[in-house]
Amino acid sequence: MIVRPYGDTTGDGMVQLSFTLPIPHDKRAEGAALQLAGKMGMDPAMLVHAKQMGDGFTFFVVYGKVGHLVDTDKVQVVERDFPLLSAKEVNAAIKRRLRRRLNVVGACIGTDAHTVGIDAILNLKGIAGEKGLEYYSELSVTNMGAQVSVPELVETAREKKADAVLVSQVVTQRDAHLHNTRAMSAAFREALPAGKRPLLIVGGPRFDELMTGELGVDRIFSRGTTPREVASYLVHALTENRA
Amino acid sequence: MAGKLDLDPRTVARARALAAKAGQPVVDLARSHTTVSVERAVLRLAGVHGADADGIPWVNRLVDAVRADVGLGHGVAVPVFHAATTTGVEDLTVLAQKAAAGSVRFDVPEKKAEIATARRLARRAAGAGLKIVDRRRAERDRLIKRFGDPKQRPWIYLIVATGDIYEDIPQAQAAARAGADIIAVIRSTGQSLLDYVPEGATREGFAGTYATQENFRLMRAALDETSKELGRYIRLTNYASGLCMPEIAALAGMERLDMMLNDSMYGILFRDINPIRTFVDQRFSRQVHARAGIIINTGEDNYLTTADAVEAAHTVTVSQLLNEFFAHEAGLQDWQLGLGHAFEINPDLPDSFRLELAHALLARELFPEAPLKWMPPTKHMTGDVFRGNLLDGFFNLAGALTGQGILLVGMMTEAVVTPWLSDRDIALQNVKYVLNGAGNLHEDFTPGPFIRGRADQVLNEAIDLLERIVDDTLMDAIADGTFGLMKRPADRGKGLDGVARQEEDYYNPVEEML
Repeated sequence: MIVRPYGDTTGDGMVQLSFTLPIPHDKRAEGAALQLAGKMGMDPAMLVHAKQMGDGFTFFVVYGKVGHLVDTDKVQVVERDFPLLSAKEVNAAIKRRLRRRLNVVGACIGTDAHTVGIDAILNLKGIAGEKGLEYYSELSVTNMGAQVSVPELVETAREKKADAVLVSQVVTQRDAHLHNTRAMSAAFREALPAGKRPLLIVGGPRFDELMTGELGVDRIFSRGTTPREVASYLVHALTENRA
Repeated sequence: MAGKLDLDPRTVARARALAAKAGQPVVDLARSHTTVSVERAVLRLAGVHGADADGIPWVNRLVDAVRADVGLGHGVAVPVFHAATTTGVEDLTVLAQKAAAGSVRFDVPEKKAEIATARRLARRAAGAGLKIVDRRRAERDRLIKRFGDPKQRPWIYLIVATGDIYEDIPQAQAAARAGADIIAVIRSTGQSLLDYVPEGATREGFAGTYATQENFRLMRAALDETSKELGRYIRLTNYASGLCMPEIAALAGMERLDMMLNDSMYGILFRDINPIRTFVDQRFSRQVHARAGIIINTGEDNYLTTADAVEAAHTVTVSQLLNEFFAHEAGLQDWQLGLGHAFEINPDLPDSFRLELAHALLARELFPEAPLKWMPPTKHMTGDVFRGNLLDGFFNLAGALTGQGILLVGMMTEAVVTPWLSDRDIALQNVKYVLNGAGNLHEDFTPGPFIRGRADQVLNEAIDLLERIVDDTLMDAIADGTFGLMKRPADRGKGLDGVARQEEDYYNPVEEML
């Protein structure tokens, strides 16, 4: 389907944009803001707000029309390619097909101290009314918490005979999340032969779900992922494909 | 503005008594142990500074050398000053260099006269450090008198965090000009788990800037200039937390920082630092803060980011009561207690704002003399920046309506990016609008039965929990996951190997003078 942005009428192409330019507020600055909007494809562009901040910066809000069309058929996304199971179904599937508990080790690696993501997925408490993986009786969960080093993670994964390793990365400054993930997957490749390697899963609000190959992991979960989706994926990847 | 909730004074007194009972065993534990970081703080006050070619501070080298020879349990002061006397190397930094090279051996003198000499020298050196702290405190009082305090309450607290101190400085000055009363420089994410304090001015950090003595000095000097320009004393905040809490407290005192994040349990729960290490370090750091006239900020807001803000509301109250007890025990006064709490209730919940008001007012009335630190929503900030700005507006309103002392400015781009210049400007505009339009609304605000009932309920739940903690001991409660759902047993966690039981002859010249 071909679409364009919608303001208040089909096909009007209206978008809003806000940004800061490092110059004081005057007529020239407003012109510069409109020039940027024009170069970004907004035509006509309306400058609706301009406010100087401190000595040398101005904040702008611009509304305008863009001519670009988007084709929804050409969009690439990772669609969920596994059935979403209930906790009961997850437990039953593991019991039936694995005949033992499925071992999961989770951590925030590197200097990242934001455990909110890994905790939401792993902790009993869960998120948005959905219980975390600790709630699943057939999952044995080890949550290593924050600032875990990659060697520590590999060692714990080995010791716990992890079927899957979950890594959460929130801090993205200087692409730390990408560097850390690559370091982690490389360490597992080095430490364990292909058949013995746990399933490697990373999650965080700023990951691109299409980057699995590039980062050397089996699956990437992005913002809004729930524990149930992760549990369903574990069942799908570990009991169906490898059975 | 006490008395709006009609709290029963007997219930309040009972809550405090229980907190004291729960906290006392931990104080006893703290008084009978020392840590590598406490000992390093003593040496820093005694004038040891600088680092070796690998960036490892000489205080670390010296403490490690003493520890290898005689252990930590006697305290490092006597072995160090005894060695200084016997070797004739009076400059402790030089002594540390020699010790690192292996050319000095440390031992604990046996002769009474030798012990007395070492103690006297230690006392004199550490006393000189404390004198600096005292001078800096007097200087702050003078500057506040000259430039003045912020005109309004709550004070407006803004964070800068670029990783580069030379980038932080103009940002902090711009933030102060735009209305911030307090500047907090967030630390690099890794720092809390470093067992040493980095040296010098730093330009590389992750999601924050390293806390170093030189960074402290540079930022304080810059904000002094801005204070003069604005006619308002701009306070500077950093973090006395993590494995180097006591040392950072000492550096903060010597460089005239004004507020320090310093929670009694945060490191245990959120950084998995060993509980004993934390409590020992925390007590010493609070003694230093008390001396330096620094306002501490506690971290109760963090519990609500992992646990549910309604179900776990009473754990905040319990932690505030414990933080108060530990702080008083360490010599801090009420005006120095920036007890934390936060606006973290799910906004989709019916009456969520009324519940927030009940919790905020409860904290206000339980601690009427403390400058409470009011923390903005983070957990329910989704990336919908428009809704986020509205939530922050309600957060600001709750702050004004319940008389909070320190308001950390919420960013609509929380959970999206580290704040942009424009995010900060929009956020400050939000705060100013609310304080200007409704700053005195508390005069007209009398809570009804819903808010009073909820506050009462939270206080009673807090008392129940404190009773369980007293029965169970605080250490076991922490081990069981009572706070923030994290389980932290006393024999685990980072930094445990840096803890030692005090021997009979333990001597710490700083603690003696605090």
